[in-house]
Amino acid sequence: MKDLELLYRQVIMDHYKNPRNKGLINDPGYKTIHIKNPTCGDDITVQSKIENGVVKDIRHDGTGCSICCSSASVMSETLIGKNKEDAKKISETYINMLTNKEYDESVDLEEAIVYKGVRKFPARIKCASIAWKAFEGTIEESE
Amino acid sequence: MDPYILKKDFPVLNDETLVYLDTAASSLKPIQVIKKLDEYYEKYSVNVHRGVYNLSYIATELYEDSRRKVSEFINADFSEIIFTRGASSALNLVATSYGLNNLTSVDEIIVSELEHHSQVLPWQNVSNITKAKLVYVPLDIEGRITIENFKKVLNKNTKIVALNYISNVMGYISPIKEIIRLSHEAGALVSVDAAQAAPHIAIDVKDIDCDFLAFSGHKMLGPTGIGVLYGKRKLLDEMPPIEFGGDMNDNVNLYDASWKEVPYKFETGTPIIAGAIGLGAAIDYLKEVGLDNIAKHELELKDYTVKKLEEIEDIVIYNKNADTGIIAFNIEGVHPHDAVTFFDGDNICMRAGHHCAQLIIKWLKVVATLRVSFYLYNTIEDCDKFVESVKGARDFFKSVGF
Repeated sequence: MKDLELLYRQVIMDHYKNPRNKGLINDPGYKTIHIKNPTCGDDITVQSKIENGVVKDIRHDGTGCSICCSSASVMSETLIGKNKEDAKKISETYINMLTNKEYDESVDLEEAIVYKGVRKFPARIKCASIAWKAFEGTIEESE
Repeated sequence: MDPYILKKDFPVLNDETLVYLDTAASSLKPIQVIKKLDEYYEKYSVNVHRGVYNLSYIATELYEDSRRKVSEFINADFSEIIFTRGASSALNLVATSYGLNNLTSVDEIIVSELEHHSQVLPWQNVSNITKAKLVYVPLDIEGRITIENFKKVLNKNTKIVALNYISNVMGYISPIKEIIRLSHEAGALVSVDAAQAAPHIAIDVKDIDCDFLAFSGHKMLGPTGIGVLYGKRKLLDEMPPIEFGGDMNDNVNLYDASWKEVPYKFETGTPIIAGAIGLGAAIDYLKEVGLDNIAKHELELKDYTVKKLEEIEDIVIYNKNADTGIIAFNIEGVHPHDAVTFFDGDNICMRAGHHCAQLIIKWLKVVATLRVSFYLYNTIEDCDKFVESVKGARDFFKSVGF
């Protein structure tokens, strides 16, 4: 259980209990993507606002397990303020890290790096990636 | 029956640390079934109903002998057994072939929130296309289908009643025989989802008098990819095939064709030959152990475990009075997906989520549940290990701040 303990004790519980940037905004300047994992019930909506090539804001809302909900919060904190290309690079790196693919270790994932531990629980990779996939969706919408 | 001896037949359980509590999703397979599959592929892996050579004759004999075993297993006639991919495709066959061709906007279809998606969605589709009205039996306070509530929705417009024999989330046995009697009185047909019943209790289709009944092989020690639709001969004769192609046809002309007799008109293409033969072996195994013994054993394990779980704080059980070996529960404040990772760490396989039955999850007003389900290979030690793991999970998640 040591792996599990490490995983939960770090950033995850903090963001699960005190999610940042939670709650959606009714503003046409935001692109919205809703992703659902019908098998487990994770249900996440992510919004992003891109201005002059910079991620101005990210909002999220939904229901799910602690890994799913906390990763949405961590994602928003990590990516707000980044320029769009960097945000895309970080997101891509994060997903590659989770799915055990080769990834660019020089990219700074900031707090999101703790989700590396999720690799030890393959059944949970989806939980940790769903919010990031939704963010990538909002970027595609904005392009 | 002795589960300690039976366990030895299941190669997956060679790992003695493994506790398998997800039979409601799929059962493990005994060596007798696995060997039967190998035997087909090694000794006579040819097509059925086609070859005029000896090997094909043998394969056909074995395939059809499995149909005989299935028919005897549920007390049906040989020609009333259609092999399908599973219970889902069997229930879809009824809805598509019977439902789409016989229902209209004046008709009503009775389903319930206790159904698996494969029973409710095909009829939702029929309702959307034909405009027949989809009606839900109100569940009682425990989440059961009761005769009293069933009578409230049954009327002269009811044309189809599509309900489960045993719920895959709550483990309740529906009063199906009485439901069928009342439905027939009202002039309706009844299609029974028996996916959770066939592995666990003895079924007699003549006694309950159902019109259709479906189940899957893989939940009853058989291979994946094989399932069964039982239908009354008279109904099947009148129903059109929903898939067309090889083997199901009789005479083929340029602009029309005729079909073989049932069951063959519903079995186009090369069937799941090994799967059907394997299912026959699974039925042999279940008969040897005895379904009554299996049902009794599972209920004992369920009652024992519920009693233990009730002693643990922060555990919510949704179906304490289940009639079969299924427990749906949660650890207060812990999302089931978080919890199930802890159980996985203790090498306990169980389910977390919607169990392909979102309507009952919504009815329970929860996001999802944990579920354990018992079978003939589970022991009291499995229950104890599981209960200890529940305590460990509860303590762990509290300690990290849930």
